[in-house]
Amino acid sequence: MKLIIAIIKPFKLDEVREALAGVGVSGITVTEVKGFGRQKGHTELYRGAEYVVDFLPKVRVDAVVSDDLVDRAIEVIETAARTGKIGDGKIFVTPVEQVVRIRTGETGAAAL
Amino acid sequence: MKHWMKKLIVSGALLLSFGAASLAPTSMAFAEDKAAPAVSAPAAAPAAAAATEPAAAPVPNKGDTAWLLVCTALVIMMSVPALALFYGGLVRKKNMLSVLMQCLVVFSLIMVLWAVYGYSIAFTEGNAFFGGFDRLFLMGMTPDSVAATFSKGVVVPELAYMVFQAAFAAITVCLIVGAFVERMKFSAVLLFAVLWFTFSYLPMAHMVWFWSGPDAFTDAAAAEKALATAGWLFQKGALDFAGGTVVHINAAIAGLVGAYVVGKRVGYGKEPFKPHSLTLTMVGASLLWVGWFGFNAGSALEANGSAALAFANTLMATAAAVLSWIFAEWALKGKPSMLGGASGAVAGLVAITPAAGYVGVMGSLIIGLIAGALCLWGVTGLKKMLKADDSLDVFGVHGVGGITGALLTGVFAAPSLGGTGIYDYVANAVAPEYDMMGQVIIQATAVVTTLVWSGVVAYISYKLVDMLVGLRVSEEEEREGLDISSHGETAYEM
Repeated sequence: MKLIIAIIKPFKLDEVREALAGVGVSGITVTEVKGFGRQKGHTELYRGAEYVVDFLPKVRVDAVVSDDLVDRAIEVIETAARTGKIGDGKIFVTPVEQVVRIRTGETGAAAL
Repeated sequence: MKHWMKKLIVSGALLLSFGAASLAPTSMAFAEDKAAPAVSAPAAAPAAAAATEPAAAPVPNKGDTAWLLVCTALVIMMSVPALALFYGGLVRKKNMLSVLMQCLVVFSLIMVLWAVYGYSIAFTEGNAFFGGFDRLFLMGMTPDSVAATFSKGVVVPELAYMVFQAAFAAITVCLIVGAFVERMKFSAVLLFAVLWFTFSYLPMAHMVWFWSGPDAFTDAAAAEKALATAGWLFQKGALDFAGGTVVHINAAIAGLVGAYVVGKRVGYGKEPFKPHSLTLTMVGASLLWVGWFGFNAGSALEANGSAALAFANTLMATAAAVLSWIFAEWALKGKPSMLGGASGAVAGLVAITPAAGYVGVMGSLIIGLIAGALCLWGVTGLKKMLKADDSLDVFGVHGVGGITGALLTGVFAAPSLGGTGIYDYVANAVAPEYDMMGQVIIQATAVVTTLVWSGVVAYISYKLVDMLVGLRVSEEEEREGLDISSHGETAYEM
């Protein structure tokens, strides 16, 4: 099993969710996050005061998938989240040791 | 807690002793015997008028009374919630409640003081700077008491006039709060409010607005006598329809002095102080605009053409100022901002306030256009020059806008520019001559008087408050936010 962490543009969330559901990913967790990468921040002007905003809002999608689904899931996230402009985000993949479904006590791939 | 309460009481006693020493008892300004001079006037009147029975004492018109009471409620809405939201949205989340709280409590405090001694000192006859004590505790004011308007023989219930003016006093003191938000002790805010209200608002209101009413202006000699009882700036002929000097310049300079004396917020210029909710600021600005119809059109005191003119001007000048602010911003800074639009509205409202019932609608458009762009400079260029943390730009908007409006009132009140001119109550007609330069100089005198008077009173008041209870919260409390450190609450739970 693998944990896929995708940092994407907020407005792409719906497309990514649909794409993941389409390839059989059974659940995701979504968090609103802020950060910086290659995309530059912006300045905000309030009357005379100018502030540089370095951290841009992004959405983080966490999905744990079985090994056979990983490549397919990464591929659809890439396609769905891409605009071709700087700031589209990144995808990280890391191994997951264990999964437990709290309600039934099932473990491993059966708990996904 | 007990400590500063005791100090509040001590300063209260001080105030009372000051008043008693400086003011001699005088006759009531708004007594029911208003009709007396009219009756004794027939010498100058045609024989036909002299032959008729003596006129009965005027009674309030129901329309005027209804209008004035509705306007009063609108002006009250300007303090809470309009100004509270406008200001609240501009501070950081951790100080939201402190701003709402300061507006609500200062408003309530001024209301109580107004009933106890404020109305009396501002609006009864005394000397040219302070009124008297005839209406202390609203003594003798009944539903039958009447107050003069701007028309002969037309009166309104004095109670309605009293609450209308109370709403003005309250919002003026609330306005100052914007200059020292996010760092001042709550007790210090309240104590300052009492001192400044007593020694700056009341005399300024008396100087600019107090007169015995038009009925006494029967002939030149009577007019001179009646005018001698009016406030100092009223006697000079300063035009301030709804409070450019008394409300806006008065509050603005007190705020600016506060920004210097209280000092900058911790982290000012280093950390971002982004407004936490421009949505609420927009809601507040919009409510201010609506409330301002009561403020300006209500200042006609009657439901008549003058009120309609003030209403139209309040609408048009404000719209013009929104446009001029955002277009100037667009051209100079690259983007037209929501905060710019809301600030432009307030700038226009402030600037048209002294002019509302005196200038024509085209004059009001020009005043709005000038004020919008000038106030943008007030919150950018001027603010940099002043080097004070006037946090919510009380001086940049209310000071610059107020001064602009006060001076331009002298220009656009001219009948040749579509204004109403100056009404001569002896001739019962608009004076044929209008000296524009002379009027602008009178307006400037009123502006300078307000700046100096309020500035000095504010400075002394802040220093006194600093000695008594201290002006600022500790740095730790300031960093934590006043909501938790001063009030034990948080605005948003998420």
